[in-house]
Amino acid sequence: MSTSTVPPDQQEQQPTVAALGTSFKDRLQQFLAFASLIVIFVFFSVASPNFFNYANITAILFSTVVIGTLALGTTFVIITGGIDLSIGTGMALCAVISGELIVNAGLPVPLGVLGTILFGGLLGLINGFNIAILKIPPFIATLAMMLVAQGLALVISHSTPIYFSDAPSYIKISTGHLIPALNLPNAVLVFAFLAVVSAVLLNKTILGRYTYSIGSNEEATALSGINTRKWKMVVYALAGLFIGMAGVLISARLGSAQPATGAGYELQAIAAVVIGGTSLAGGKGSIVGTVIGALIISVLNNGLQLMSIPQEWQNVILGCVILVAVYADMARKRAA
Amino acid sequence: MTTTTTEPARAKPDQTAPLLQLRGVNKSFGAVQVLHDVDLDVRQGRVTALVGDNGAGKSTLIKGIAGIHAFDSGEYTFEGQSVHVTNPKQANALGIEVVYQDLALCDNLDIVQNLYLGREALASGLLDEITMEENAAETLAGLSVRTVKSVRQKVASLSGGQRQTVAIARAVLWNSKLVILDEPTAALGVAQTEQVLRLVRRLADRGLAVILISHNMNDVLAVADDIAVLYLGRMTAQVQTKDVTHNQVVTLITGGALVQKDGHVDVEEAHEDPIDEDAPPPHGTGAQS
Repeated sequence: MSTSTVPPDQQEQQPTVAALGTSFKDRLQQFLAFASLIVIFVFFSVASPNFFNYANITAILFSTVVIGTLALGTTFVIITGGIDLSIGTGMALCAVISGELIVNAGLPVPLGVLGTILFGGLLGLINGFNIAILKIPPFIATLAMMLVAQGLALVISHSTPIYFSDAPSYIKISTGHLIPALNLPNAVLVFAFLAVVSAVLLNKTILGRYTYSIGSNEEATALSGINTRKWKMVVYALAGLFIGMAGVLISARLGSAQPATGAGYELQAIAAVVIGGTSLAGGKGSIVGTVIGALIISVLNNGLQLMSIPQEWQNVILGCVILVAVYADMARKRAA
Repeated sequence: MTTTTTEPARAKPDQTAPLLQLRGVNKSFGAVQVLHDVDLDVRQGRVTALVGDNGAGKSTLIKGIAGIHAFDSGEYTFEGQSVHVTNPKQANALGIEVVYQDLALCDNLDIVQNLYLGREALASGLLDEITMEENAAETLAGLSVRTVKSVRQKVASLSGGQRQTVAIARAVLWNSKLVILDEPTAALGVAQTEQVLRLVRRLADRGLAVILISHNMNDVLAVADDIAVLYLGRMTAQVQTKDVTHNQVVTLITGGALVQKDGHVDVEEAHEDPIDEDAPPPHGTGAQS
């Protein structure tokens, strides 16, 4: 590195205004994840005759939606250096709440959906309060919330599924086709919309900027006059809103709120975030990466299923993919 | 928006009223009194070095000025107004910026993002990257900083001297009047120390008041106009650099009072005079070797 200073008699030579957005290194990271997705995609296209067709690709996208939605919110949390384990069972609880509001209390669907999303936000806000104000480590605080949500989902629903048979417009949120020509389920459109909103929030707003700075150096962020406790609560509350939306999307897709499901989704969502290049140490990550990570997981699940590989082995393979993805990221960083 | 300070005419030291004036400042943590009746004058256009041994109270004094730990008692005057600074935001609003030794920057953010952290420029609710980038480039150019390749470089990729430069630039981006530098050259090599000291000097030449905390006597003598010495929580001397020698400053740091209140130094005779009638220094005299 050169450290020699040009003498103070300054020629008016302005540093050039560099291109906006992410640096070359970040682009490379996204490119690697994207290249892996393409490789896996091509592999399955060759290996299984039933893989590469419109119906199957639509099915892959459809199956990405729930994990992907959870992963979007979790991306923010992980970039701050935190973690959220409550997203899976929290989603099941939100689905139950949605059933209670729409089926049992008879609220109009839009109101019920709004209530469910806000309830998810409340769960996240409680996580944020416990972490930012009470200083409980994120792993513990959200582990506790995971258990609370799991229990509450069963208690509120009396351990029975709630069916949305009388609310067809609710089911259409996931399964309808808003644009008939496209033949894509609405859930995919909703997810695409949420991904764009997340990317704008993360890259173009102070919320995103502080998400990165807290994960990068929380103390420096606080010394810059930023109320880090407030912004951490905002980030967890945002993740909570995504939990609520995932709860709506999954129950609309299944046509029912299943109180006993949800556990395990958090790990898949975290895996998607990590495969997408977001660092668990915080300060680094992207929405594009997370979307690619979620796609990699669902392409793998779908392709392995088509190749008649048993579920148990699918998990083994997924675990190995996570290891490879994280190791490749670390190796690249060491090389740089 | 312009972000660089409009330059006042180069302040004529000594004649002007101090920008920052502390009188009889005290601070205790529990039963431990860290600062005893501390006086301090900091003038525009001058570098005031704050020196003292470990535990002398330098950090406490700085944190009091910056509003991190408000003083218990005493007068805090800024620009002739009596002020009460109890949190960092108030200090920032007055135009006081602190550059911390090692906590100042976010490695994963680039130079522009760091310079604007906490005070981002917005355009219709979204980050206004173009404005921020242009102003950042302008500010660095205004400080004659030519060593960074791009203002979009991640701070993690910068050298120690460049990081310190960015941290200092961050402080002056905000029309600040007083910049406090906490050990800016600690952990830097010779060339980089030189580079940072030159920047410190430039800040003062632009009319800012600078407080420089340093353990390195060469740095202090090279760049400071005034030297304020803390000894066991008391301000034992505030002298002009031109009036003292290296050894005299070291003696002040390790021994205590050798200087009278008017700033007149008389090393040979003054060692018996307590600096302050009300509060004689604890281990007052006889510290000369």
